[in-house]
Amino acid sequence: MLVSLNWLKNYVDIGMISPEELAEKITKSGIEVDGIEYIAEKSENVVVGYVESCEKHPNADKLNLCQVDVGDDKLQIICGAPNIAQGQKVAVAKPGAVLPGNFKIKKVKLRGVESNGMICSLKELGVEEKYVPKDAVDGIFVFPDNVTIGGNVEALLNLNDAVLEFDLTPNRADALSMHGVAYEVAAILNQPIQLPEEAVEVSDEDANSYVSVEVEDKDLNPYYGAFIIKDLEIKPSPLWMCNYLMAAGIRPINNVVDITNYVLLEYGQPLHAFDYDRLQSEKIVVRRAKQGETLVTLDDQERTLSEDHLVITNGLEPVALAGVMGGAGTEVNETTTTVLLEAAYFVSSAVRKTVKDTGLRSESSTRFEKGIDPNRVKKAGLRACQLLQQYAGGKVLANTVEFDELDRSEKVVEINTTEINKRLGTEITIAEIIDILNKLRFNFEQNNEDFTVYAPTRRGDITIFEDMLEEVARIYGYDNLPYTLPVGASQAGALTERQQLKRDIKNYLQGTGLMETITYSLTNEKNIGKLISPEVQENNPEPIALAMPMTEDHKYLRLSLLPELLGTLGYNQARNQSNLAYYELGPIYITHEKTLTKQPDESLRLAGALSGTWTEQPWQQEKKEVDFYLTKGILEGLFDFLQIPVLFKQAKLPDMHPGRCATLTLHDEVIGFIGQLHPILEKNMDLKETFVFDVNMEKVFAAYSNESTYSQIPKYPSIARDIAFILDEEVLAGDVKATIEETGAPLVKKVDIFDVYQGENAPDGKKSIAYSLLYQHPEKTLKDDEIEESFNEIIETVNSKYGAYVRS
Amino acid sequence: MKEQLEAIQSEALEKIDGTNNVKELQEIKVAYLGKKGSLTGVLRGMGKLSKEERPVVGEIANKVREAITDALEQKSEILEQEAMEKQLEAEAIDITLPGRQVKVGGPHLLTSIVEEIEDLFIGMGFEVREGPEVETDYYNFEALNLPKGHPARDMQDTFYLTNELLMRTHTSPVQARTMREFDGGKPVRMICPGKVYRRDTDDATHSHQFTQIEGLFVDENVRMSDLKGILDTFAKKMFGQERKIRLRPSYFPFTEPSVEMDISCKVCGGDGCSVCKGSGWIEILGAGMVHPNVLEMAGYDPEKYSGFAFGMGTERIAMLKYGVNDIRQFYTNDIRFLKQYHNA
Repeated sequence: MLVSLNWLKNYVDIGMISPEELAEKITKSGIEVDGIEYIAEKSENVVVGYVESCEKHPNADKLNLCQVDVGDDKLQIICGAPNIAQGQKVAVAKPGAVLPGNFKIKKVKLRGVESNGMICSLKELGVEEKYVPKDAVDGIFVFPDNVTIGGNVEALLNLNDAVLEFDLTPNRADALSMHGVAYEVAAILNQPIQLPEEAVEVSDEDANSYVSVEVEDKDLNPYYGAFIIKDLEIKPSPLWMCNYLMAAGIRPINNVVDITNYVLLEYGQPLHAFDYDRLQSEKIVVRRAKQGETLVTLDDQERTLSEDHLVITNGLEPVALAGVMGGAGTEVNETTTTVLLEAAYFVSSAVRKTVKDTGLRSESSTRFEKGIDPNRVKKAGLRACQLLQQYAGGKVLANTVEFDELDRSEKVVEINTTEINKRLGTEITIAEIIDILNKLRFNFEQNNEDFTVYAPTRRGDITIFEDMLEEVARIYGYDNLPYTLPVGASQAGALTERQQLKRDIKNYLQGTGLMETITYSLTNEKNIGKLISPEVQENNPEPIALAMPMTEDHKYLRLSLLPELLGTLGYNQARNQSNLAYYELGPIYITHEKTLTKQPDESLRLAGALSGTWTEQPWQQEKKEVDFYLTKGILEGLFDFLQIPVLFKQAKLPDMHPGRCATLTLHDEVIGFIGQLHPILEKNMDLKETFVFDVNMEKVFAAYSNESTYSQIPKYPSIARDIAFILDEEVLAGDVKATIEETGAPLVKKVDIFDVYQGENAPDGKKSIAYSLLYQHPEKTLKDDEIEESFNEIIETVNSKYGAYVRS
Repeated sequence: MKEQLEAIQSEALEKIDGTNNVKELQEIKVAYLGKKGSLTGVLRGMGKLSKEERPVVGEIANKVREAITDALEQKSEILEQEAMEKQLEAEAIDITLPGRQVKVGGPHLLTSIVEEIEDLFIGMGFEVREGPEVETDYYNFEALNLPKGHPARDMQDTFYLTNELLMRTHTSPVQARTMREFDGGKPVRMICPGKVYRRDTDDATHSHQFTQIEGLFVDENVRMSDLKGILDTFAKKMFGQERKIRLRPSYFPFTEPSVEMDISCKVCGGDGCSVCKGSGWIEILGAGMVHPNVLEMAGYDPEKYSGFAFGMGTERIAMLKYGVNDIRQFYTNDIRFLKQYHNA
């Protein structure tokens, strides 16, 4: 809502307060003022001039040489506007004037002829072009005849106005009208309010002999009023009305249209003017549209309607979409002489549905959608009749033809001083509450500290005690509320075990060198099926799509964190940032329903992606690239930290390097995977060599236990034994390690791999792996022969199981 | 014999003094004190001395031995020290060469902010709650006093999955879920951080996914002044003790009265500048007293209980606190961006 302060001053005295101060006060009381616009910066020395003569410039075809009377002087001015003519009254910027954009007017010579000023267009005076009347867009603005020569243009064109831009919340539909704004400002400034009287002189003729009104669906349209105005003369509106409309962001068209728009802004009541003769009927019937019925609206679009839409008909066919837009067939034009003026109350749900289906949103529909004041519907119609009489020469017929089942009663809200203070934490007195209610102009009855408040119908948002609580608080001033802290019993706040563990895991990962990322949960069709962990894929999850995505890029709820995470790697690599080690902790969304009927399972995952160089400062070190074992080491460290026994098992998975990939298993259940991306995927995603992991954190949390029990620090010495096996290339180091652990239990406490060799000094097709075994007994020092016996058993078992022999 | 001994002493001391290396010193030691050394030789001749002479010469001999031993030790110490100094000098390195840095990652800026706010409210007795991102229409809207067709639903453009399921548009459903879980039986003090989604086109100030932090406090006799006090505490801890807060009336369907909270602009201190668009204030969050319908629907008796709720955009807080000027930065994860804030 754009609020012209000059317009507002007609209803309430705002005194000497500056627009900025007023905006601040309004904002603090509940309506956010988003901006202040000055129609034009100071345009001094711009006056009305009378064009006494207008001749072609001797040396230029497109210029005119004008002699202009500006009251106290006569000026010779050269003008290039195509619509300049002798006899016009125009806006003249005299030498010394400064126009918007700091454009200084000086005496100049144009093609050898002196020019002592400039004849201005509205745009040059600072009016936004979209609000300029159509016939004045391409040239200078021509005043009506009745303006005084030498008069101040700034005042005449409302250039000294400031316009406040309101950012209205949905509850404050009352401020969608100048009257509503006047009530608000009057309350804030504690000033009286002066609204116009709707005084109409009516002719002898009865409107009832012109039209009848019938409403079929009174729930959607509890009031419909039709006024008939005859003998209209279509012409431009008075200058003041044009000015106010332009300030409010509406382009003036002609007097009839402008008056309906003006009253819409003034009363917040949408009106519609039908050309009575083009209605071709003496009947208005309001009903739901028939399925498939059509109407060509004012914008020349044909609209196909359904029973959800309320229409105004002439008894035969629709002539308007109720509350939204009129039909082209009954539009007021230059030939119109008789108008049927509609002032109606359409309920918001009816209008909202039509707006939603047609995409037509207008000043009218917005007001109906947010709710209008039932007590001002007819008043607004009468106000329009009054203006049509005054400015369009119309004869207003006696009586309003109406259907009326409108509830105009005020909501009754009981309030109580003690309760108000208890809820606000204040000590507001009874007298202060009386003062606040008076400022708001709410009717009330008072009995000591009890009040019965009759909320005016313009404030449809006030229905319960809490609404009045807000009214009292905002006029009292939120600034005046004290600062207190709650008095209730205190309780200890803490993170849950899971929340704490999440933080611990993040800290661990960050300590290892990974950077946390957050990516989008919504992904695209190409990514939705990629890199899904085997235990998720196994259950055939159904991709979940948005019903109306904003873009194809964000259409599906992810089934893996990796594709979007890899996207961020690609983004960085494209910007020459290649050394990346990222992780993300976040949910995926799993359902098995083809058509979703219940919320999907939101399952927390930990994903990581590493690429590029790990050691970044290699002046004395070997430059280390990220590889499988680094990635694995980070996870091993994590599982070690959490003390959960996760095993890595070689696996072949889609989109993964077939020889460098493993699943993670916990108690024989797959909980994720790790490995290098398949080179084809890397190529398709424009990625360098990349290693990834993806872990089901729900399973990890389930397996985690924070109950550590004390175990005795071993008192007896440990003995280390090393052994190197020559093995077939295909044998897995981990399998042999597991065999050693199994065979050596319980004496062997720990098995480490300390060397792997494959090459010249190993036989063809063989490799050497060296293991370091740690023997220890909790209760005694082990003897050599005990160790020897176990050691030999291990060698024998490994030999028989893998055909391995000990390297000498 | 005495003269002989004294001669040995002065000769030995001279030699010790004259040498500068450990090996020579060792040789000197052997030459005088060794089994075949000259002092040993002299002492061996002691047997031939008379009973009277023996202790006298013995004493002198011991003194000579002591003097030589002391001199040897002293010299040895000096030489060892010199040798060590030499070695240490040789071991000197160029400390201006870079160290072998341990690679360290870091949290995302949004996580840092969320955790800071979590800790702040935990300190005031709040617990941290979470809720689903795919919500029912009921919890996202209806339970929050936003029935179907309510005009305020337009304030939040929603990603629907079906008619009844949607991507939550705010973290407020967790209010309703928590109260429902407590079944009207006990006070609530919780905050809830989480991802939310709106049907927006991504640009510098809009993101279809962002993070909110929601707070809810319900108890008997909770006052609006308590909300003001808690928010003031929060703002000062989060943005600095010198900051002031301002509450303005606003509208949310789930609170009444509703407020927007502004904090005084850090850049100009409230005088008005380009950052605060001349107002001296910067909008931080929305809040209000929980609407009686919301309490009632969640099983809390609005005659007995009252409460306040607040909600803020984490990205907005981060942008204000750290001067980030494009919301998309939080989701593109440019390493250069992440590194700037990994210790935030």
